[in-house]
Amino acid sequence: MNDAGNALADKQTPLSAGDNVRGAFDVEAVRADFPVLHQEVYGKPLAYLDSAASSQKPRQVIRAMDEAYETYYSNVHRGLHYLSQTCTDHFEAAREKVRRFLNAEKAEEIVFTRGATEAINLVAASYGRKFLKAGDEIVLTTMEHHANIVPWQLLREQTGVELKVAPIDDNGDIRAEDVIDLIGPKTGMVAITHISNALGTVVPVKQIVAAAHEAGVPVLVDGCQAAPHIPVDVRDLGADFYAFAPHKLYGPTGVGVLYGRYDRLESMPPYQGGGEMISRVTFEKSNFKKPPHRFEAGTPSIVEAIGLGAAIDYVETVGREAIAAHDARLLAYATRRLSEIEGLHIVGQATDKAAIVSFVTDWAHAHDVGTILDRAGVAVRAGHHCAQPTMDRFGLSSTARASFGIYNTEAEVDQLVDALHMVREIFG
Amino acid sequence: MMDELRELYQEVILDHGKHPRNFGSCEGCNHTAHGFNPMCGDTLIIYLNVGEDGIIKDATFKGKGCAISVASASMMTEILKGKTVKEAERLFAAFHEMCTKDDAEMPEGVDEDAIERLQVLSGVRDFPVRVKCATLAWHTMDAAVHGKDEISTE
Repeated sequence: MNDAGNALADKQTPLSAGDNVRGAFDVEAVRADFPVLHQEVYGKPLAYLDSAASSQKPRQVIRAMDEAYETYYSNVHRGLHYLSQTCTDHFEAAREKVRRFLNAEKAEEIVFTRGATEAINLVAASYGRKFLKAGDEIVLTTMEHHANIVPWQLLREQTGVELKVAPIDDNGDIRAEDVIDLIGPKTGMVAITHISNALGTVVPVKQIVAAAHEAGVPVLVDGCQAAPHIPVDVRDLGADFYAFAPHKLYGPTGVGVLYGRYDRLESMPPYQGGGEMISRVTFEKSNFKKPPHRFEAGTPSIVEAIGLGAAIDYVETVGREAIAAHDARLLAYATRRLSEIEGLHIVGQATDKAAIVSFVTDWAHAHDVGTILDRAGVAVRAGHHCAQPTMDRFGLSSTARASFGIYNTEAEVDQLVDALHMVREIFG
Repeated sequence: MMDELRELYQEVILDHGKHPRNFGSCEGCNHTAHGFNPMCGDTLIIYLNVGEDGIIKDATFKGKGCAISVASASMMTEILKGKTVKEAERLFAAFHEMCTKDDAEMPEGVDEDAIERLQVLSGVRDFPVRVKCATLAWHTMDAAVHGKDEISTE
């Protein structure tokens, strides 16, 4: 991290006359920052309740990316020229913003990947192939997204590691003990979600990390659903690795974040080979750079990382505690309203839950529900949510899922409820 | 909006969706295939008993799915009984046309009564992401008669 980058990181994306968010949480002011929300679909006002799949982007993020391309874009860490230096400063400033966002110790612990999926694959491939061997166990939970299952299965094929899966109960709750009980002398990694994308369950990560560390086992946390909903402090959690998806945090697609504790990253070999990650190459041998650059082969997602920096600024301006409180209010309201509908069953009623509500109905399949809600302007996800083992646990092939972001309102929950009554009318 | 939705979810479809005909495995089944829609996780199994003369003596199905995919499988199994494999394939081609095109042209020699019955499912034309729900059963039937065990609408 250079000094110019630090100075830029301290300067938040400036608010201009057109900006609506100025500290105090006001959902209408937040909504005004999201251009895409202000439209009708099929003649109905759009109610976007699919932020767990991907969130919408505020103008501040779109503007920061436009500004990068229009005024200082160049490749990073390459040129001696002015644009390259300026662009590198902004790119590294984004890394510093991520460090602060996660409360990591240093910016060198933040690796930019192409997505959260790549971040998990990086750990499975790099850490896994160097430190794990046949018979070693990877501890997962039943609620993992496919992105935190399949990379470990690929590693299983290559090294012979085994997967151990911690159960959840009928409410979608998970007990820390059930994960901890699986940790034993053969455990090589605990890889768990922070918040289930299909059920909304918040996993007691801190307790699990403490037990894993006592056994000398590193922990990777999939924070894709947590980063947008709750304040995350990797040092407080103690996580060795923490991955999240900027596009679910009101930032762009095409960039992902992997936090890795520095000593862990330093012990790991490169994931991909190419430019940027080497210090010296001859045809006999290459020397690799230190983290994070060791893991950033090739030209990175430069402007996307800068857009992520702007998204973090935005989220921090709105206030992470305020966002968590807004989410909790919406979750409580949606849970109450949906529970009043006869024949509708919420799947996942964990004690500690984020603003994600999965449900099935007695009258119609999730896909039919999704189609009818869509025509009523309500965008939800219908399907298995890339979490088929979670669906299997409940004997389901799919659910409909409403997920909430900073811009959602109680009126949109009402629109969802009205549309569900229409589903019942058609199928009832 | 309600009109358009009622057009998609006509009574016949809702009825077949709730009370599927020919549900289960079939006696003397000699062709079977699994159909899978990875987008929603729905699965269908089609069972056929095809005689040496190429006539489909029995057709049944099992599986989980939305109203459209279950109704489509239910109606297909009713229609296929007594048809030759060749006729079944012609119907598949015709059905696929009517689910995807506004001005679908029917291939020559296709059973017109069957086409008329299947029209009820052609409302999926206006709901592009649901076309695969309607055609999954037919793709699976096609896989079964060609000796493929599995088909995915990916």
